[in-house]
Amino acid sequence: MPAGQSTRASNLNIERLKAQFGEMCRIREFERAAITASTEKLVLGAIHPSIGQEAVAVGVCGNLKRDDIILSTHRGHGHTMAKGADALAMMRELFGRAGGTSGGKGGSMHIADFSVGMLGANGVVAANINIAAGAAHAIKLKGEDKVVVCFFGDGAINRGPFLEGLNWAGVFKLPIVFVCEDNGFAATTRTHAMTAGGGPAARAESIGIKAEIVDGNDVVAVDEIARSLIEEARRGTPRFLLANTYRLTGHTSADPAPYRAEEEVQERWLNDPIETVRNALVRAGVAPDELDAMHRAAEAEMTQAYETAKATEWPETALAFADVQDIGDPREEAF
Amino acid sequence: MARVSYIEAGRQAVAEEMRRDPLVWAVGEDLGRGGVFGQYTGLADEFGSDRISDAPISESCILGAAVGAAMTGTRPIVEMRFSDFALCAVDELVNQAAKARYMFGGQTRVPIVVREPIGMWRSSAAQHSQSLEAWYAHIPGLVVAVPSTPADAKGLLKAAIRCDDPVVFMEHKNLWPLEGEVPDGDVVVDFGKARTVREGRDVTIVSWSAAVHTAEEAAKTLSGEGVEADVIDLRTLWPWDKAAVLKSVETTGRLLVVQESVSVAGFGAEVAATVAEALHGVLKAPVRRLGAPRIPISYAPPLEDEVRVTADAVAAAARDLVTRINR
Ligand SMILES: Cc1ncc(C[n+]2csc(CCOP(=O)(O)OP(=O)(O)O)c2C)c(N)n1
Repeated sequence: MPAGQSTRASNLNIERLKAQFGEMCRIREFERAAITASTEKLVLGAIHPSIGQEAVAVGVCGNLKRDDIILSTHRGHGHTMAKGADALAMMRELFGRAGGTSGGKGGSMHIADFSVGMLGANGVVAANINIAAGAAHAIKLKGEDKVVVCFFGDGAINRGPFLEGLNWAGVFKLPIVFVCEDNGFAATTRTHAMTAGGGPAARAESIGIKAEIVDGNDVVAVDEIARSLIEEARRGTPRFLLANTYRLTGHTSADPAPYRAEEEVQERWLNDPIETVRNALVRAGVAPDELDAMHRAAEAEMTQAYETAKATEWPETALAFADVQDIGDPREEAF
Repeated sequence: MARVSYIEAGRQAVAEEMRRDPLVWAVGEDLGRGGVFGQYTGLADEFGSDRISDAPISESCILGAAVGAAMTGTRPIVEMRFSDFALCAVDELVNQAAKARYMFGGQTRVPIVVREPIGMWRSSAAQHSQSLEAWYAHIPGLVVAVPSTPADAKGLLKAAIRCDDPVVFMEHKNLWPLEGEVPDGDVVVDFGKARTVREGRDVTIVSWSAAVHTAEEAAKTLSGEGVEADVIDLRTLWPWDKAAVLKSVETTGRLLVVQESVSVAGFGAEVAATVAEALHGVLKAPVRRLGAPRIPISYAPPLEDEVRVTADAVAAAARDLVTRINR
């Protein structure tokens, strides 16, 4: 499908869509800068870009309040930024520098900002699902008006916590929306080749959690469906969203992804969610110049974040010993 | 002081802490009916099913959900039924609970208590008898408590519930019926403070959990022979009371560590190595460990007994240490 055809032209809330476009551009440019930094060995650990998946992060998180909660995966930059985390602090975290969201202790794979309700990206596939269920459980116990969104990839549905966490949410009627991003791959393997049965939505339904399927490259569609699922979840009905999308880069920034044909990727770029939303806005009468300016502003912001992060000092080494646990002094046990 | 059982002591600790703090709750399989060993008996009546919460047979989710619920401001007590089943939730404990505070740069804490009953208990065979405390002592971020008496079961469990870091709380199944004096009032036992079981000048015996009672029995026998053992109950393996052990061995010059668990790579090795490093010049005999052979635990009693560290074996080892130098 050529870019721009999937977002319905009528009834568009132009201001909201522009904001979504801007946010998607920010995520894209953040990750572009991060990939550059990774190539330059300024970002040291693996990074997993979400280029091509920005519409899911923005469409879902746009319906959350600041104290609502999200949890994410190794591919969590987009979700974290869409939830409102500071891009510079995130960039510093990727660079392992002082002032990073986790003080440089987590890096890309554990990006987290508790101040905006982002309880962490997780390096263990599917592990966030149970933790998310627990966060929703606590909300219910405390009688709070909050909701949890748990993002995970299509690969996560083949691990036990998928079954366990969804069952838990169903049993306890928790305020949670599970968002499965099917980007086609689990690392270098096509997930469908490794998944028996009807896939993520069918599995959710089998546990009694009603599932919706959405074009994850269409931010308007994601926004709409996420809004209604989040509302239902707030009332204590856990819901499931399968967002079909595509990972436009390799699994990590260092992965050239030779396991897929060049033509496949080129064709998928024609369905770039950012281009799609841009075309929709232009069709709705927004001046292309205005949109280009927004995109350039995002680029400038992230270039600045890159430069600032690069110039930021490392964390003090004494901090290696901080936040292990209250009890005992790890220094005494060393060496 | 009242005489209560180990099981009742733990039950009291949970009840008192839940009364004190409305954010404390317990979750696990069959809790509503009192837990497999009855350690939650009656608590659902007092606190309701939201706070004494029955869970699906889903160890990974019980522990994972507790982590999420702890990161968002509650204080879950996680019931793992048997420590063996907690192995289904090792990722949640080791990769998540123990790491979250550190890897998120102090943005969060995980105040959970993971109750993992350990030890041999009535022909329970290989999958219901393990003592894996050393595994957890190895993991930065975790506290490991191994109470041997009703008083400690209560005082340490209270400390565990109040602790802001994840605590692996290992009760010994054989000790459930054990009765003992439990102090009245809100008595909390600090982590990392060993208990002197009895004092002696000839040999230091370090132990924890049920093996403490084996050591104590051996010490009584030895005393009848004129050998006085200093018996130390570590109570917690992380933190552990290095100072108390070193102080004792400085006096006795001899160390014997007694554990129910497999000796190889067990916590006894840590104690032995620490003493050997710090007190090489003081030792009158090589340090010695007694633990189980590296075999799974059998069902048939005579085979089960093959891995058991008995009071006779402890006494013999201690005797050997003492006579060695006197030779
Ligand atoms: C339990 C576990 N097994 C394996 C890995 C290695 N690994 C990291 S990402 C990944 C693929 C995950 O695929 P998916 O869940 O679809 O997410 P995506 O990467 O597509 O966003 C794998 C296998 C891991 N991190 N955790």
